[in-house]
Amino acid sequence: MTMQTRDTVHEGIVMYGGSPKILMVGAGLLLAVLAPYVLYPVFLMKVLCFALFACAFNLLIGFAGLLSFGHAAFFGSAAYIAAHTVKEWGWAPEAGLLAATVVAGLMGLVFGLIAIRRQGIYFAMITLALSQMVFFLALQLPFTHGEDGIQGVPRGLLFGLFDLSQPLTMYYTVLAIFLAGFALIWRTVHSPFGQVLKAIRENEPRAVSLGYRTDRYKLVAFVLSASLAGLAGGTKAIVFQLASLTDVTWQMSGEVVLMTLLGGMGTLFGPVVGAGLVVTLESYLASTSLPVPVVIGCIFVVCVLVFRRGIVGELMHRLTGKGNR
Amino acid sequence: MSQLLGIPPQALFGQLLLGLINGSFYALLSLGLAVIFGMLNVVNMAHGALYMVGAFVAWLLLSYAGVGYWGALVLAPLVVGLIGLVLERTMLRRLYKVDHLYGLLLTFGLALIFEGAFRHWYGVSGQPYPIPDLLKGGTNLGFMYLPTYRGWVVAASLLVCLGTWFAIERTKLGAYLRAATENPTLVQAFGINVPVMVSLTYGFGVALAGLAGVLAAPIYQVSPLMGSNLIIVVFAVVVIGGMGSILGAIVTGLGLGLLEGLTKVVYPEASNIVVFVIMAVVLMMKPAGLFGRER
Repeated sequence: MTMQTRDTVHEGIVMYGGSPKILMVGAGLLLAVLAPYVLYPVFLMKVLCFALFACAFNLLIGFAGLLSFGHAAFFGSAAYIAAHTVKEWGWAPEAGLLAATVVAGLMGLVFGLIAIRRQGIYFAMITLALSQMVFFLALQLPFTHGEDGIQGVPRGLLFGLFDLSQPLTMYYTVLAIFLAGFALIWRTVHSPFGQVLKAIRENEPRAVSLGYRTDRYKLVAFVLSASLAGLAGGTKAIVFQLASLTDVTWQMSGEVVLMTLLGGMGTLFGPVVGAGLVVTLESYLASTSLPVPVVIGCIFVVCVLVFRRGIVGELMHRLTGKGNR
Repeated sequence: MSQLLGIPPQALFGQLLLGLINGSFYALLSLGLAVIFGMLNVVNMAHGALYMVGAFVAWLLLSYAGVGYWGALVLAPLVVGLIGLVLERTMLRRLYKVDHLYGLLLTFGLALIFEGAFRHWYGVSGQPYPIPDLLKGGTNLGFMYLPTYRGWVVAASLLVCLGTWFAIERTKLGAYLRAATENPTLVQAFGINVPVMVSLTYGFGVALAGLAGVLAAPIYQVSPLMGSNLIIVVFAVVVIGGMGSILGAIVTGLGLGLLEGLTKVVYPEASNIVVFVIMAVVLMMKPAGLFGRER
């Protein structure tokens, strides 16, 4: 695949300085802090976990141009690690989350080393196949308890101080984790490292000819993305006190692709919006008789055919006339 | 000789036959994927779903129209091929100018729709499909018992694979196809209708998946999820073989099926993942795949 075609693909916009942005971020933060008084905290925490997951995924597709179709492997495995260390080994939640993140990062390193040998479509197929291998491992290894999953994970005391069984404490912890992850992604995207990633996305041969060892950049991005996906998965396991096979399936990998696509690939806030919409939609559909996969599939098709910029991407495109990367 | 590698030969050959059958399906499906990819540059994520649709069309024909196995063997691939033509004309066609990844995402969405719809209508439990009378029974080969239908599946898919290989590599139409894969603009300048050829290629590729679905119906049960896990193994097969070569797709498919069968005998726990492990090893040593070429 030629890299020139990428120019037409990622028309998302990264928001740069200016007061409207600060206002928006402030308003968003205020909303996030007040939200649990209006909405059901468990629902909000689910949105935040998936938003972090989608942001981590977006770091690869949106800023490095790598479509991973196997991110559920990191998300789901990290959920198992967090659940196992906290429940069976009695670790504190923060230690469990750290272990989950580290394990996901190491898996990302292995996946990355194998997958970055090929580009484009092959990269997607390889990550998909590797994640399917992880799915079969999760099905067979004894510690994951197969179809049952790890149930009844205690939420415990964060740093020995905060009782996470209190919904609000849990919510603000999840919010803090999300914000930390999001800040890391924001920092990465706006760093020289992030600029090199974008150069690779736009034209890899040119980046190589400028002397960048693109494979290393791609690998670091992959590991970072996998670790953050793992952080999201571990957090989800603590919140729902459950780690199950659902989180390792390739349908889950597809779901995070949809969230990012719907919100806007290559935009910082797109995945957050996308995750919020998809989670809301799914919890709404659960109470109707409509088949969820069909609706999700239709959204996929419509997005790909007529709405490739996604919601935030389209919004920014309209506001600025054109993308100002 | 009652033991071979410490394994009773009955079990060994039985598993190898199962592997060979799985391999036949891998070969048929990866062949279709390779043909489509060569022409459209699209990884058809809907391939597994259309394989399932093929099996369901056969089952529906039998249950509601009284059309038997042999009729379905012709009709189901045609129906699936037609669905493919419509999909290509109405949707895929719009995506050739943008990044190829969008083709993958579109077909993924289509796969979700097909599988979700059939699951909604028919549930997750499988529907049994009878083996046609002509192919019932089996033969005792001395070292193992060969059910006739299984032998037929292997023979039929080999025949179809080799026929496809011959059509693409040795006929005039195949030459046009290969030329259009290399340089569509030039071939169009020679007066060949490339867009129609692209549509027909997609239709043909998914028709192969539909055919595989009919062949699979009497062996596995007809269920909405029969294609979704199979297709990922087929992707791994395609990555191992490399997409460049038709013969490569066939050989890799059969070979990996056999290897999977062998793993089931030697170390059953690893049989689900052996293909993926091989994929990782091949990628480390020969990134373009066994029969592929770098581009």
